[in-house]
Amino acid sequence: MRVRFKSSYDDDINLFEDRWHLLQFGLLLAAAVVAPWLLGSYYLGELTSVLIWALAGLGLMLITGHTGQVSLGHAAFMAIGAFTNLALMLRGWNFFPALIASALVSGVIGAIIARPILRMSGIYLAIATLALSIIIEDVAIMAAPITGGVSGLFAPTIELFGVQADRYGDPAMFYYLCLALLVLVTLAYLNLLRSPTGRSFLAVRDSEVSARALGVNVARAKTLAFSLSCAITGLAGAMYAHLVQAVNYESFLVLISITLLLQVVIGGLGSIHGAFFGAIVVVMLPQLIAITRDLLNNSFGISMASYPGMDTAVFALIILLMVIYEPRGIYGIWIKVRTWLELFPLYRKGMFRRSRTYLKTERMR
Amino acid sequence: MSLLQVENLSIAFGGVKAVDGVSFSVEPGEVFTIVGPNGAGKSTIFNLISRLYEASSGQIIFDGQDITHRPAHDVARLGIARTFQNIELFDHSTVLQNLLIGRHSRRGTHWWEDLLFLPKVRRSEREHRRIVEEVIDFLELAAYRDKLIAGLPYGVRKVVEIARALASQPRLILLDEPASGLSVEETQNMAWWIEDMQKDLGLSVLMVEHDMSLVSRVSDRVLAVAEGKPLALGTAAEVQAHAKVIEAYLGTEAAS
Repeated sequence: MRVRFKSSYDDDINLFEDRWHLLQFGLLLAAAVVAPWLLGSYYLGELTSVLIWALAGLGLMLITGHTGQVSLGHAAFMAIGAFTNLALMLRGWNFFPALIASALVSGVIGAIIARPILRMSGIYLAIATLALSIIIEDVAIMAAPITGGVSGLFAPTIELFGVQADRYGDPAMFYYLCLALLVLVTLAYLNLLRSPTGRSFLAVRDSEVSARALGVNVARAKTLAFSLSCAITGLAGAMYAHLVQAVNYESFLVLISITLLLQVVIGGLGSIHGAFFGAIVVVMLPQLIAITRDLLNNSFGISMASYPGMDTAVFALIILLMVIYEPRGIYGIWIKVRTWLELFPLYRKGMFRRSRTYLKTERMR
Repeated sequence: MSLLQVENLSIAFGGVKAVDGVSFSVEPGEVFTIVGPNGAGKSTIFNLISRLYEASSGQIIFDGQDITHRPAHDVARLGIARTFQNIELFDHSTVLQNLLIGRHSRRGTHWWEDLLFLPKVRRSEREHRRIVEEVIDFLELAAYRDKLIAGLPYGVRKVVEIARALASQPRLILLDEPASGLSVEETQNMAWWIEDMQKDLGLSVLMVEHDMSLVSRVSDRVLAVAEGKPLALGTAAEVQAHAKVIEAYLGTEAAS
């Protein structure tokens, strides 16, 4: 078991606890950097997909996991990011300015919507944001001059300083682009969490009343969190558009919003790890189910083809089991495994028994 | 000049006058207690002062400034901190993180600076932590510093909530039933801490409390209220002996 000996305030402020911690993430990053040499183009594409969903998950994690406001409307902000990026690039903008514009436009629209919508909470907020998801479909068709109407837009080639970073033209470069973006956003996210702004988000999540009494402007904190969340999701939407190469009104249906929410819940609400774990599950699980199905078919002669919708059912079952038995998501399991390893052989079964948390009534409204 | 001056304060919820024409003032360095039977409007007075409720009429003046219509989040910056009757801590955070949120009203950075974690942010974080550690020392919370709130005993949570209020470096602290649910020994400690806050930190304390032994021990002045109206004001002994107060608690004496 490692014992941390803190000798200055910086030990708690720094991003990495100690050198060992830094080394772990260094190795992870190194593995991500060499991945294009180790993986075939198909799996590299899947990995790129994981990165993009992790980015979108980070966006939703900020508002749902860390500020406690449920959103079923984040596909709308992916759409705004995607269409902004493609429309500007088709008008001759370079990729980077268009990407920044995606984040800005999504963030500003998010901030405008946040004020009225975040007056609601709980189930009402979920319904209001769900409406966003549904509206965006019609908006995408009606705003034809920007979005290309029913037929949508095709993604132009990304050129960075004379180097192509196209999804099919040069998948490794596109992968690095997504990786760099994700690392930057994650660092900014971590910075927020270790400073007053992030702490005010947590305060709003856990007790609005005491947040107000401690000087947090709750309406402003919620708006800021929602806006930043939308900006990150907008970035993810832009990268997603380049990943799938063509987007139209059908690319960002309600199902995407729901999948995103499932992703952060399965991954583990209120943790950055959770967004990444959730992305891996959301992208890899359908693959895993397909591989298992083929294996059953080829090796054992059990044909699953006669059970259509089987993979969706398995996916749903896993989500159900997750929510019932591990409400803190994969991150919860991760923490337990890590503690088990660190304390071996002293781990006790009851260590993570949850103490009762009381449902807060809204007595101050 | 009084630190806090409440004049003719009233609030009505529908037809119910929860607080009806209450006036009092808290002097610098004073422990002022409000007592009264359940439903007398004591907590409502607190919520009016910390601006969670909007007063129907009357005035609240803190340090010469009229705060009657200030937004709630401004009040902390002026130097009023509070605790809650039912403990409103951030359950999923550690004690240290809770106290750091208590520093929010003293933050000196904007969100975009936080996002980039500029050197300025690191400097102010160090300063926040230094002050929070002083509070941890003051209330002897060092053993719980890195523990999650969700796993702490009730008595400790009460102290953590006071610590969080102190972290904002207030001049006036509002304690809503600091001793409710505490054991005799914990109540004893609470009395010491209230005395320490008054004597060592020079704070003014405004308190709502039922435990009369604690009230008599620490309070300089006591205000009794019932059904939203003020009954008596004076020292703890004077108020306890006041005929109207006895009537409010025990009812009118049967014809004898």
